[in-house]
Amino acid sequence: MKINEDRAEAWRVELRNAIKAKDRTSIERVHMPELNAEYRSHNRVEEVNLGLTAEQAMQEAKRCLDCANPTCMQGCPVGISIPTFIKNIERGEFLEAAKTLKETSALPAVCGRVCPQEKQCEGVCIHLKMNKEAVAIGHLERFAADYERESGNISVPTVAPANNIKIAGVGSGPAGLAFAGDMAKMGYEVVVFEALHEIGGVLKYGIPEFRLPNDIVDVEIQNLQAMGVHFVTNCVVGKTISIADLEQDGFKGIFVASGAGLPRFMNIKGENLVGVMSSNEYLTRVNLMDAANPNSDTPVFLGKKVAVIGGGNTAMDSVRTARRLGAERAILVYRRSEEEMPARLEEVKHAKEEGIEFLTLHNPIEYKGNEQGRVTQMVLQVMELGQPDASGRRSPVEIPGKTETIEVDEVIVSVGVSPNPLIPQSVQGLEVTKWGTVVVDNDTMQSAVPIIFAGGDIVRGGATVILAMGDGRRAAKAMDEWIKIRK
Amino acid sequence: MNKIVSKEYFSANVIKFEVEAPLIAKSRKAGHFVMVKVGAKGERIPLTIADADLQKGTITLVVQKMGVSSSKLCALEVGEYITDMVGPLGKATHIEKFGTVICACGGVGTAPMMPIVAALKAAGNRIITVIAARTKDLIILEEQMREHSDEVIVMTDDGSYGTQGLVTNGIEAVINREKVDLCVTIGPAIMMKFVSLLTKKYEVPTLASLNTIMVDGTGMCGACRVSVGGKTKFVCVDGPEFDAHQVDFDEMLMRLGGYRDIEREENISYQSSVNGQQKTVS
Repeated sequence: MKINEDRAEAWRVELRNAIKAKDRTSIERVHMPELNAEYRSHNRVEEVNLGLTAEQAMQEAKRCLDCANPTCMQGCPVGISIPTFIKNIERGEFLEAAKTLKETSALPAVCGRVCPQEKQCEGVCIHLKMNKEAVAIGHLERFAADYERESGNISVPTVAPANNIKIAGVGSGPAGLAFAGDMAKMGYEVVVFEALHEIGGVLKYGIPEFRLPNDIVDVEIQNLQAMGVHFVTNCVVGKTISIADLEQDGFKGIFVASGAGLPRFMNIKGENLVGVMSSNEYLTRVNLMDAANPNSDTPVFLGKKVAVIGGGNTAMDSVRTARRLGAERAILVYRRSEEEMPARLEEVKHAKEEGIEFLTLHNPIEYKGNEQGRVTQMVLQVMELGQPDASGRRSPVEIPGKTETIEVDEVIVSVGVSPNPLIPQSVQGLEVTKWGTVVVDNDTMQSAVPIIFAGGDIVRGGATVILAMGDGRRAAKAMDEWIKIRK
Repeated sequence: MNKIVSKEYFSANVIKFEVEAPLIAKSRKAGHFVMVKVGAKGERIPLTIADADLQKGTITLVVQKMGVSSSKLCALEVGEYITDMVGPLGKATHIEKFGTVICACGGVGTAPMMPIVAALKAAGNRIITVIAARTKDLIILEEQMREHSDEVIVMTDDGSYGTQGLVTNGIEAVINREKVDLCVTIGPAIMMKFVSLLTKKYEVPTLASLNTIMVDGTGMCGACRVSVGGKTKFVCVDGPEFDAHQVDFDEMLMRLGGYRDIEREENISYQSSVNGQQKTVS
């Protein structure tokens, strides 16, 4: 095993033995330096987390015990060689650490920022068993990736000699980018088709700049371009060109990563009032269209009393955006309790610091509007926690007759999305679930139509950046094998 | 980037563009629309495709100068480029032989009706086209409509051309005269509302092509949602055409007005900046 070999390298053994495990575990977990909460709650784009200094990163890296059986790696959906990159940071070889990350993760600067580490790698860190805080793996990942980018020494991965086989990616979000990178490395001629006018998918239209600056995404995209990946914007596969057109044009494999499309609503009274919108709409206006910038032609409501419905990362992004855009009250309304919230812990912490009000165990049942049809009030059903449901979380139960009415001038509904229907609608023979997700083989990501592979939210319905990336990488590997067998 | 190859003024504020878009020209069908964005910080706006020329690889758009975004588009000249254009989007019009079809269009809505009229005619329908506008100068595409229609009725509010009256007067006269199997309507929302009320009274099945606010136009944002038969539908992927009798036009009108105040302010500042520039030039 490569992990064992890496671990047995002389420098690493020496490093491991240099400090006693007990001394390593007694080091306090690093605190991520961040912008002042009051300042950032009025600042639209500046990133909240400032990143670790080299000293902080090396100190934090010392905490890692370099376990013989690293559970953190099992917690990582793409199996990053976590101890290897961390030990490289400890010995000051930051570029080497970045290289290790890139062996597995296509977008480490992104994942270091947006992965729910507490549920993945950090959630199974050995330190937790000793009642200590987990090693700050996410912060360290970000440090290594940022260091490499800022050093001006970004390593463009070695690309195999061109094999002159054309393959297509549909969608340029995390799954599509990861796929494109791996295929380019193997020598394929990769064209990625993007429906929007910008490359990056959810990384651009969804996740706000204060959490993931666009510059960072752009560097990753430029990296792919340097590897020969070609991007075509403003092209909807299934509409502008069909899958059949692509086949005719000589594409030998197509990876569909068209993402989550339709926003879900709750079908309650008043939901179509003016000022009630999906988080997709709100975030697309603000992030992709830059609507809060006076130079942008796209309008956006600047609500003073904004309610965001939901408890996920998208809800958190929306409510924190609303606060930054001048909301005096920015309220997160969630039907369960804080414990069940799917959002990243760090986002919850940041949101609270920024003055977001958390209204948990409340669920909207109606919106009321004025004569112009603008939303003015929301009626909330008060809930309590009942028995655990299928997801293992205690399910929210209505307290009969107990409601509250709150004044609002903007409501952002963030209760999930359904997969984008354009591809399933336009390709015959594609197997689709009742939720509209594309059915694929779990290992190969190949669909019922052999030339089509798929991954990301179009398969999962709504997941994370890292899972989407993992899909892209698995699809690339399997497509390569399939194309070789076919030849 | 899509190059403008021709520009023709139908009136001071209504402009016909032919735009290079070979892939869209090839794949579009009657009823489809495109999203158009002018400038790096431009807004994405939906425009229904009025025509396409496969040989030239162009599509035709007819644009009415209204707010900032349509004004920026209308300011583009031949040889200049539309920054971003994507399509064809939406579901194509369902074309079959229905029998006698009234195609009722108002103002700039006449342009996207053109391909529908042509396709319905080609499918063997008898087409009676009713074109309505406030005044004579705003009647567009009358000649082209005559080519594909069995009869064209022109209505103007002020009686300056054709028959004086609203689009609904024209439709009602036809319904009273003969059996009508289908009505298709495209125009301002308020017009389509009254067309729908009228044809509902006479039980004539009616399709309306809705023009709501959109951001991405590909099913992602939900800004375009309308209530159809009590259910929320997305105009960009479920439409743009719906059974008019099921559409909640009052809600749609209310939602269309949602950004009016912000847009008015932006337009005033845009127009004054444009005028300011012109002054410094002259």
